[in-house]
Amino acid sequence: MAALLEVSNLHAAYGLTRVLHGISFVMQEGSITTLLGANGAGKTTTLRALCQMVKTEGEIRFCGARIDRRATEDIVRLRIAHVPDGRGTFVNLTTEENLRLGAYARKDKDRAGVDADLERIYDYFPRLKERRAQQAGTLSGGEQQMLAVSRALMLRPKLMLLDEPSFGLAPLIVKELFGILRTVNAKEKVSMLVVEQNAAMALELADHAYLIETGRVVLSGSADAIRRDDNVRRSYLGY
Amino acid sequence: MEALLHQVLAGLATGGIYASLALALVMIYQATHLVNFAQGELAMFATYFAWTLINAGVPYWPAFFATVAFAFVLGVVIERVVIRPVENAPVLAVVVVFIALLVILNSVTGWIYSYTIKTFPSPFPTGGVFGTKLLSPHELGAIGVTLVVLVLLYLFFRFTPLGLAMRAAAQNPDSARLVGIRVGWMLALGWGLAAAIGAVAGMMVAPIVFLDPNMMGGILLYAFAAALVGGVDNPWGAVLGGFMVGVLENVLGAFVIGNELKLAVALALIIGVLVVKPSGFFGKVFVTRV
Repeated sequence: MAALLEVSNLHAAYGLTRVLHGISFVMQEGSITTLLGANGAGKTTTLRALCQMVKTEGEIRFCGARIDRRATEDIVRLRIAHVPDGRGTFVNLTTEENLRLGAYARKDKDRAGVDADLERIYDYFPRLKERRAQQAGTLSGGEQQMLAVSRALMLRPKLMLLDEPSFGLAPLIVKELFGILRTVNAKEKVSMLVVEQNAAMALELADHAYLIETGRVVLSGSADAIRRDDNVRRSYLGY
Repeated sequence: MEALLHQVLAGLATGGIYASLALALVMIYQATHLVNFAQGELAMFATYFAWTLINAGVPYWPAFFATVAFAFVLGVVIERVVIRPVENAPVLAVVVVFIALLVILNSVTGWIYSYTIKTFPSPFPTGGVFGTKLLSPHELGAIGVTLVVLVLLYLFFRFTPLGLAMRAAAQNPDSARLVGIRVGWMLALGWGLAAAIGAVAGMMVAPIVFLDPNMMGGILLYAFAAALVGGVDNPWGAVLGGFMVGVLENVLGAFVIGNELKLAVALALIIGVLVVKPSGFFGKVFVTRV
């Protein structure tokens, strides 16, 4: 079986500043994979590279087909949903308008189907239902993160890219959010690539992990194995 | 009293035209944070297109809709061909492109049609309406047409997926791309819509000011004033601003400063708003939490 996502020898740069130096990793369908690493290791850039939000060299294959020369808008149409760094909320639109936009690239976006998906998402996040008519910019940080995840789910994605979903959230909210991510992964067969600074939380969620340092993969393995690795434990988990 | 009422109503009629053009300005401003100086000349050029059709024997309303469609396509093409290449250029470069467009459209029109003033027909009958002399049928018709345009735009932006996508693209291009919106095309569509609205404004004002290549110069100034008064990031503010500027200009012109100084009202408003309340009277203040 071909891997869902294969990245080989990926380079990326912002102007003259090179950030990724030949990163390679593989993701299996149905898995939750996490990219760990310190600030500036290139985690966010890797996710942005997958969506071609930054110029890249190297190969990215999704379901066997190359996507590294395609436009961001077309990559989205392959059902790759990106929950960006900083949440990417449309602050002047209502919560529900934000969610409807998530379904924009779907080919099967008949009104009934989209409405049914809205209800399904409101079941996961009842708070968003309460705030459906509210301007999204007035939601709390946690609510906006839930909105970002929900907007991505409206695409009915095969693969979700999550950039620091725990960033700036209270521990209780993070727990709730990660619980829902686990449910979505199990029930809806959505594969997830999660970038996290919070290594402990990420390893608990993921089944496979890659450790990135200065734009390269330095370690990979099952989440359990990575958790038991002495270096990771000392440098990233802190015990 | 009746004289005042007459001036106010007439002001509403021209105000509707300012409102339309101000709305066109705001649409492009929201997406690009730039004011399109060529918006008025685009409208003027489209109005000449309508004049050509009507002179060739096409009845008014078919010519009207053909002109709106022509202006839409013209707007889209200009965005794709002229604006797209300078998308990431510094602001001043884009402003120079806008001014070049203004001069080119103006000169080309003068070259094709000459600078002689022409009359432009009104689709509305002559004579009093409802037995009143307060408002000419053309003024009443212009208000009606403006309101129809505004309602259609509201429905489009509020209730259609494409309208929602255009708003999203204007607000947050990066996020818009991530949900699969083709941001470049949304911008081109915005140009098309703005040009189409401008064309309606041009055709409504031409019977009043007559058709000549410089006819939109003053009107664009009023539209700037309207957009600023309303808050240049708020379409509905710009519309209200348009009506306010129209009434103010007319009433002051008739009773206080005389017709010759009317344009000064627009300039005074522009400077006054920029000095006292740069966000305009209806400029939105957003609460954002992080």
